[in-house]
Amino acid sequence: MADAATQGQTAGDTPLLRFEGIGKRFGPVVAVEAFTLDIGQGEFFALLGPSGCGKTTLLRMLAGFETPSEGRILLDGDDIVAVPPHRRPVNMMFQSYALFPHLSVAGNIAFGLRQEKAGKAEIAERVTEMLALVRMPDFGRRRVDQLSGGQRQRVALARALIKRPRVLLLDEPMAALDKKLRAETQFELMELQRKLGTTFVIVTHDQDEAMIVADRIAVMEHGRLAQVAAPSEIYERPNSRWVADFIGEVTLIEGMLADGAIETGLGRFRAAIPSGGKKRDTAWLALRPEKLRIDAQRPTGGELNAVAGTVFEIGYRGDMSIYKVRLADRSLMKVALANTSARGQASFGIDDLVWLSWPPEAGWVLTR
Amino acid sequence: MSMGAKKGRRLGSTRLVLLIPYLWLALFFLAPFLIVLKISLSQTAIAQPPYVPALDWVAGWAGLRDFVAALSTDNYALLGSDWLYLVSYLKSLQVAAVSTAILLMIGYPIAYGIARLPRRLQPILVMLVILPFWTSFLIRVYAWINILQRDGLLNDVLMRLRVVDQPVAWLSSDAAIYIGMVYSYLPFMVLPLYATLEKVDETLLEAAADLGCPRWKTFWLVTLPLSLPGLAAGALLCFIPITGEFVIPDLLGGSDSMMIGQTLWMEFFANKDWPVASAIAVALLGLLLVPMLFYERLQQRSLEGGR
Repeated sequence: MADAATQGQTAGDTPLLRFEGIGKRFGPVVAVEAFTLDIGQGEFFALLGPSGCGKTTLLRMLAGFETPSEGRILLDGDDIVAVPPHRRPVNMMFQSYALFPHLSVAGNIAFGLRQEKAGKAEIAERVTEMLALVRMPDFGRRRVDQLSGGQRQRVALARALIKRPRVLLLDEPMAALDKKLRAETQFELMELQRKLGTTFVIVTHDQDEAMIVADRIAVMEHGRLAQVAAPSEIYERPNSRWVADFIGEVTLIEGMLADGAIETGLGRFRAAIPSGGKKRDTAWLALRPEKLRIDAQRPTGGELNAVAGTVFEIGYRGDMSIYKVRLADRSLMKVALANTSARGQASFGIDDLVWLSWPPEAGWVLTR
Repeated sequence: MSMGAKKGRRLGSTRLVLLIPYLWLALFFLAPFLIVLKISLSQTAIAQPPYVPALDWVAGWAGLRDFVAALSTDNYALLGSDWLYLVSYLKSLQVAAVSTAILLMIGYPIAYGIARLPRRLQPILVMLVILPFWTSFLIRVYAWINILQRDGLLNDVLMRLRVVDQPVAWLSSDAAIYIGMVYSYLPFMVLPLYATLEKVDETLLEAAADLGCPRWKTFWLVTLPLSLPGLAAGALLCFIPITGEFVIPDLLGGSDSMMIGQTLWMEFFANKDWPVASAIAVALLGLLLVPMLFYERLQQRSLEGGR
């Protein structure tokens, strides 16, 4: 699974899940357009995008609450578009958790199994098993309104997992949790997914969350698939300015492709030119703040790209400081400096003249 | 001025505001009830007012003692021994129970239907449910007399459709009473039901479907249990006033058996027997406390949450 993830492809011949040319319109509004994607067995997959990008619509089509206007959704090779939600072997964890207020914790968790006409003994056994799995063994008889937000989230998770779905759908599962709890829950969710081996598809607008939990991420933009790849691939080698900008911090410098370099208003910078890129094509050099070095003197080193500027703003974040440096063309470049010394003193002050430098492989050239 | 004093005074005015409903109840419910209770323990007499004893304030302590000694529970004994009253009570309970059941069967689908419509259409339909209230209740019941009579609209339609070939005697029958009750009390059933059904979270229904529940079963397992408070409120709002209803059975019903409201009216106005009429009223109140207490317990349970 790990190698499949780094290749940005799924393992095996028949993927567990395949979206084939999916489109969805609500009246005149196009929510999803020409969406094609494979998700493999056992993957932790994230649909990531800003609100209104169609990611939730896709998840709801998977669950069966929305019918695609066009295209097919294949699960184990079978088209499930016509299958009603209650017959699909997928279960969903809702953003609001949607726990039944008239049932106890155990009653909520058992709900799915009861619909399968499972025996009383089996239901009791598996509910106990699920309560143990989400580390709430003594909560079975509690009422839902007696639970904290984090506990409700676990109950919702247990309720969705008890039927052992082929795919677990998670709709913004951590949106209602506070920051600290969210971070803990992310790791718990990953651990759970590894333990069960179930395919998880999570919808989120939080890029950090997607990067942490997912094996692969599909970045969506206006109902279309912008890029699908492993988190590191998306971060280090985005396929468009939009993706580069959406994921993390980036400085983009416009220029023209040249021989092993990009020609910009700030100078000629050495960089790997994308295959298929022609000379004199418009291109952008994407630079991540943490890949840049900041020095008082022009650094020596044959291959290094360097540009001069003055410190414009310093943002102290504790673990690191973000410097905004004004360049010759009055644009700003962001540099992140890890605060490794405990003195907490900024190495540079406002208006200091500094040199920013980076090796050719630290920059990434985009053609769109 | 210190903050504490300010707060204390505000608390005092809060108490005063809370006291107002209790004062209201004491003045307009408890006091009249005590008067009725007292009359029910008196004996009828040819006097003004038409019962004895009357409390002699001037005689003081001795007067009060004589007064209490003269009270008796004879009227209640009469209610228990004469079939007329028992039959009236049973008839009332039967009409109330059957009417409430019919109201539920008609009102639930209406409330459910309104609650599932697009939000912008809902107020219009709720309005339509309330609309009949804008016409006088009495006029609406008279209109039913017109519809139900021998050559009325209902018989006319039924005969044209060849459902019947002789006019049916609707008026002065139990059927007419049920029609009148169901028609008049429908809004009292629909509105509380709608209020709870409208609040049922749509994602709960999706969650049930997601967990393998077909639509009809989702209704039984999720929607219905969540609408129980509204169902109980609606049933109670219909059952209690129907039990004591006077106008509808009097105008639409027959004379073969009377509901308790009619019996009470007869004792009061025809027989001028205020004490027995009062005893009927007090006993009716006792009877209606049973479903009231049941409802209280149900509410308590729903406040405490599920199982």
